[in-house]
Amino acid sequence: MSVRTLPLLFLNLGGEMLYILDQRLRAQNIPGDKARKDEWTEVDRKRVLNDIISTMFNRKFMEELFKPQELYSKKALRTVYDRLAHASIMRLNQASMDKLYDLMTMAFKYQVLLCPRPKDVLLVTFNHLDAIKGFIQDSPAIQHQVEETFRQLTEVYGGLPAGEFQLIRQTLLIFFQDLHIRVSIFLKDKVQNSNGRFVLPVSGPVPWGTEVPGLIRMFNDKGKEVKKVEFKHGGHYVTAPKEGSFELYGDRVLKLGTNMYSMNRPVETHTSGASKSLASRTQESIAPNPLAKEELNFLARLMGGMEIKKPSGPEPGFRLNLFTTDEEEEQAALTRPEELSYEVINIQATQDQQRNEELARIMGEFEVTDQPRQSASKGDDLLAMMDEL
Amino acid sequence: MVAADSQGRRIPRVRQATLGLRVHWCVLPFRVLLVLTSHRGIQMYESDGSVMVYWHALDSGDASPVQAVFARGIASSGHFICVGTWSGRVLVFDIPAKGPNIVLSEELAGHQTSVTDIATEPAQGQDCVADMVTADDSGLLCVWRSGPEFKLMTQIPGFGVPCPSVQLWHGAVAAGYGDGQVRLYEASTGTLHVQISAHARAICALDLAPEVGKLLSAAEDTFVHIWKLSRSPESGHTEAAPLL
Repeated sequence: MSVRTLPLLFLNLGGEMLYILDQRLRAQNIPGDKARKDEWTEVDRKRVLNDIISTMFNRKFMEELFKPQELYSKKALRTVYDRLAHASIMRLNQASMDKLYDLMTMAFKYQVLLCPRPKDVLLVTFNHLDAIKGFIQDSPAIQHQVEETFRQLTEVYGGLPAGEFQLIRQTLLIFFQDLHIRVSIFLKDKVQNSNGRFVLPVSGPVPWGTEVPGLIRMFNDKGKEVKKVEFKHGGHYVTAPKEGSFELYGDRVLKLGTNMYSMNRPVETHTSGASKSLASRTQESIAPNPLAKEELNFLARLMGGMEIKKPSGPEPGFRLNLFTTDEEEEQAALTRPEELSYEVINIQATQDQQRNEELARIMGEFEVTDQPRQSASKGDDLLAMMDEL
Repeated sequence: MVAADSQGRRIPRVRQATLGLRVHWCVLPFRVLLVLTSHRGIQMYESDGSVMVYWHALDSGDASPVQAVFARGIASSGHFICVGTWSGRVLVFDIPAKGPNIVLSEELAGHQTSVTDIATEPAQGQDCVADMVTADDSGLLCVWRSGPEFKLMTQIPGFGVPCPSVQLWHGAVAAGYGDGQVRLYEASTGTLHVQISAHARAICALDLAPEVGKLLSAAEDTFVHIWKLSRSPESGHTEAAPLL
């Protein structure tokens, strides 16, 4: 599997997250002068997006991200987005976070599946970055960070051969395998069936560099064409108009990865579909994960690079609801399978002088045949650290 | 029939697969072996999957940290089993009539990028020139003659597009490419005789019914096509006609 996949996965999912948050914040927007203390205003929305984007494109974080590495589990990646979504004054409860993550993953899965050429996943990424630059027009510092990432992407992926991109594509599709959550915007546009599978179009432009199917050409030993046979292909394809631009600025041509949400298209996941998929996801998360320690190390490194600004002082955390009403959100929270709740376990990994002495005394009274288990191992330290974040 | 996936639940007698897995029945003169490739190495089992007779760990020695290490592409030729690797090397294993004394007899150099697929066919007569073809991520095809030492006969250059699947039929190489094309070349000379704009997306696999000369192509555009291959009596060149 390709070890160059993580940056593409992270940036595109992050881009989708920003589209959704932007749309929801606009939907719940109240004009500044009329807003109560706990209602969203335009200023708040811009601030949330700014905070999340500057955290996402933090230089140390990007450095870690671009190191060649395997894709980790869905759980580990989900935790990163949990943290990212809370990089600002906005608060999401678990049900809304679930829904946000479902939408993000299904959108990017759709984009990867429909990429005409494997290399076009880079154009999708550039579409996301172009839109992100649009969100932070008033912040030149963050703009610069995003452009740096553009350059890094071009450096790493610009010269990759088609075979490498095919491997990256396969790595991404395996990551998204068996995710069939129904998204209402996809169902309405008929790009997803009611069983959650995406519709692969058999019409439209062929990928850049591909010929429209339907022709057999035969040649002699000298390379001269001696026979031509046409056949009916079954699809309705046309030639590609032009190639998308891989430059810092340019027409990407491809629409995948652009913002498909707008004020009039509310962001929903189909609830019955969601609970079915939650059940299948639960089965996966129950199985003990032998890579758990590895994932924690990875998370620690990533989050070490992520500067999370804690809300200082008595500022209220603004809550964002991804459902249409508060009641719906509560309902979703109730039907959430138990296993998906993140239980916080408090592990006392720091030295507690008094406690240790007491323990030592008690243990001295027993006959200990084997070594007491070291609780201050690396894994426990990491768990404690995550707890404190 | 055997099927493999990358996320199977733990079921006894079903091998848990790692990513990038390929599976192939290798029919040899005196036995049938089931060969599996992954990013760890190559496993060979007795045909009922009961006993693993051979394990070859992949040497990732000179792989850079960004390089994915794996084995891909399996075919049998006589009493040899050939397996392609990430580096472009093709490993040739000498298989005894029975038992586990399998030996790596040769490493073929011919490809600079990862091998995608290997195809073989029984030697076509005494003066047969070529009976194996290997393909890689750059679209390069190498045509070989098998034997105690394999010999590289021809190289057919790629054109910037991977060749995920290749077949050999009566001295003709059939290659499916990442841009949806199917091409037929004369194996001994490398001359292109047929070019089909077959699909609108990358070809996933080609399959062949050698006795009747039917070639099947399946691609990511959701279509499956069947082609009738034939040798023109006048020119001796391979031709193709659409059937489905």
